[in-house]
Amino acid sequence: MQSTKFMESIKELSKEEYLLRGHIACAGCGPAIGLRLLFKALGNKIILVVPACCSSVIPGPYPYTSLAVPVQNIIFEATGATASGVVAALRKKGVNDVTVVGWAGDGGTFDIGIQALSGAAERGTNFIYVCYDNEAYGNTGVQRSGATPYGAWTTTTPTGKKERKKDMPFIMAAHRIPYIATACPSYPLDFVKKLRKAKAIKGTKFIHLLAPCPTGWRYDTSKTVEIGRLAVQTGLWALFEIEYGRFKLNPPSDQLIDKEKRRPIKEYLSLQGRFRKLTDDDIEKKQKWLDEDWERYHKLASNNASDLALCEEI
Amino acid sequence: MAQTVIDTANHIAAYAAKAARVQVVAAYPITPQTSIVERIAELVESGEFDAEYIRVESEHSAMAACMGAAATGVRTFTATASHGLVLMHEPLHWASGSRFPIVMPVVNRALGPGWNIWADYNDSMSQRDTGWIQFYCADNQEVFDTIIQAYKLCENERVLLPAMICLEAFILSHTYLPVKIPDQEKIDEFLPPYKPKWFLDVNNPLSHANIVSPEWYMEFRYMMQEAMENAKQLIPEIDKEYGKYFGFEHGGLIDKYECEDADLILLTMGTIGSEAKITVDNLRKEGLKVGSARVRVFRPFPKEEIRKLAENTQMFAIIDRGISFGMEGFLAEETKSSLCNQKDQPLIAGFIAGLGGRDVTFKTIEKIARKSAEWMRRGRVEKETVWVDLRK
Repeated sequence: MQSTKFMESIKELSKEEYLLRGHIACAGCGPAIGLRLLFKALGNKIILVVPACCSSVIPGPYPYTSLAVPVQNIIFEATGATASGVVAALRKKGVNDVTVVGWAGDGGTFDIGIQALSGAAERGTNFIYVCYDNEAYGNTGVQRSGATPYGAWTTTTPTGKKERKKDMPFIMAAHRIPYIATACPSYPLDFVKKLRKAKAIKGTKFIHLLAPCPTGWRYDTSKTVEIGRLAVQTGLWALFEIEYGRFKLNPPSDQLIDKEKRRPIKEYLSLQGRFRKLTDDDIEKKQKWLDEDWERYHKLASNNASDLALCEEI
Repeated sequence: MAQTVIDTANHIAAYAAKAARVQVVAAYPITPQTSIVERIAELVESGEFDAEYIRVESEHSAMAACMGAAATGVRTFTATASHGLVLMHEPLHWASGSRFPIVMPVVNRALGPGWNIWADYNDSMSQRDTGWIQFYCADNQEVFDTIIQAYKLCENERVLLPAMICLEAFILSHTYLPVKIPDQEKIDEFLPPYKPKWFLDVNNPLSHANIVSPEWYMEFRYMMQEAMENAKQLIPEIDKEYGKYFGFEHGGLIDKYECEDADLILLTMGTIGSEAKITVDNLRKEGLKVGSARVRVFRPFPKEEIRKLAENTQMFAIIDRGISFGMEGFLAEETKSSLCNQKDQPLIAGFIAGLGGRDVTFKTIEKIARKSAEWMRRGRVEKETVWVDLRK
């Protein structure tokens, strides 16, 4: 069992690296930072299931790899199902000290992979599913996905996406799984804590990691951490957990219920080329939706009788 | 003691999975495969069959879950039919390319539209290029025996490919026939536990199915082709060995009947092959030198055996329960292609019969044989592909 005492500083993170040097991620890649942190949080007693996504390219081509843990690469839509097979086989073999992790992009989670993920969650498959969300099909050259936010440029939404992003954590909450969390590599300790908590819980755990992508979001490669922080500080990305159906905001998002404390969303949007064509009307719309989201978070956080799908250990 | 049961091919397939000591089953129901997964559920939940059973949410996920389990180093099983199989098309390629020895009964059923749940080979035939070994069975005993044989074959290091065990909807899937189930001890001796050379292991981390550049991709494909050639050699050997253990053989690659002196050979697959034997008996009584050759393995295709048959006969009448639109029947295509560049080729006539479950009895086959014999005597095939009993 994982100790309940969590680290206070990034210096306490393991020095071991399982995402090795020589990987071929873009400079400033948010998902690569996320993957490195994932290994630091969970160690190397894990089996990784990776569908078609940036992370099937990042380790580099055969006969080399920069991942020092066992990895099964699998077809785009199959992460949830293939992880189910790994979990079942481990159980059959009596192996119970290995954590199975699905590591999939937003396209493989929100869109083409949602069925297999939903099935795995409904079956209570004992694994951690991390969706590293760079809000587009990054690997194929930035096409819109169900995770692309309103107004964002992609190669298939050249004048900006006209629809809103799916609310994936709440879709997962409706599956009554024991643990759901959002995270961002700009808050590494928060992400690490959540992974460790997830590891100690039996059942399906879903962690939604907002992973800024300089290539797709059109910002300077040195600004990945800053962009992630701004996403959280503006409230556009709220850090929260839903544990057995109970919603809780995490620092620093728990301090942002008061609208005044949230930084103006323009600070986040103006740094990214993908939002260049947003009009003032668009920004106003996004602001309105954001405020509505926060009203909902506020209600959920303060309501003990949560109106989320409650869940208990079976 | 071996036990004789009278049961449907579907239930027999479930018993074969149990007898093979399958460790993980992942499956999704579809007519007419359902009674396989239902029986497996009963066997698993009663504790008789010690397997993990994943009730997935689609056939695509069934194959994806089987791959996850196989990659973790256990013996895996699924079963499907028709639309379920074609939904699996993508993972089928990934499973063979990953060299996972998954065994999967396919209950051959027509594809829509319109909805049709009856026997037809277009489902599995349209998967013939996925890198899966394909067996086609003619009775329930063969279904049982072939599943056991297939694990032995597929897990052989010289093969490491998955296999489909094809059986026709209702004609076999729901028909009760006597089947001899050998002693478990002897099955265990014939089929030892699966010991993969590699699997997902935290003590020996490896990355499987990485990106492969043009520098290497062809070599991996060539290895699959070699594995198919090895399978072609091993299938008859394993069938013979099985025969020695349990008393049943099924003809290796091609189940031949009265072919030695035959002028006309009926080339068939599946249950049409069993019916053809009756036709052969009847026509032999009239003095017509007919034989039957039931192609039991479609991938790898038994080219060499087809050539041998062709050397000593005047004509092939080929019956296909499927059609490659814009060309002809699948077996007819492969047979003709096998004979390319051979001297003294026999006449070949193709017959499309039994699509969507239409009956093909020994009488239907008799008509086919008589028409073919007539063309054989004239030395000329009047129609390359005949649609049998087609409504005008």
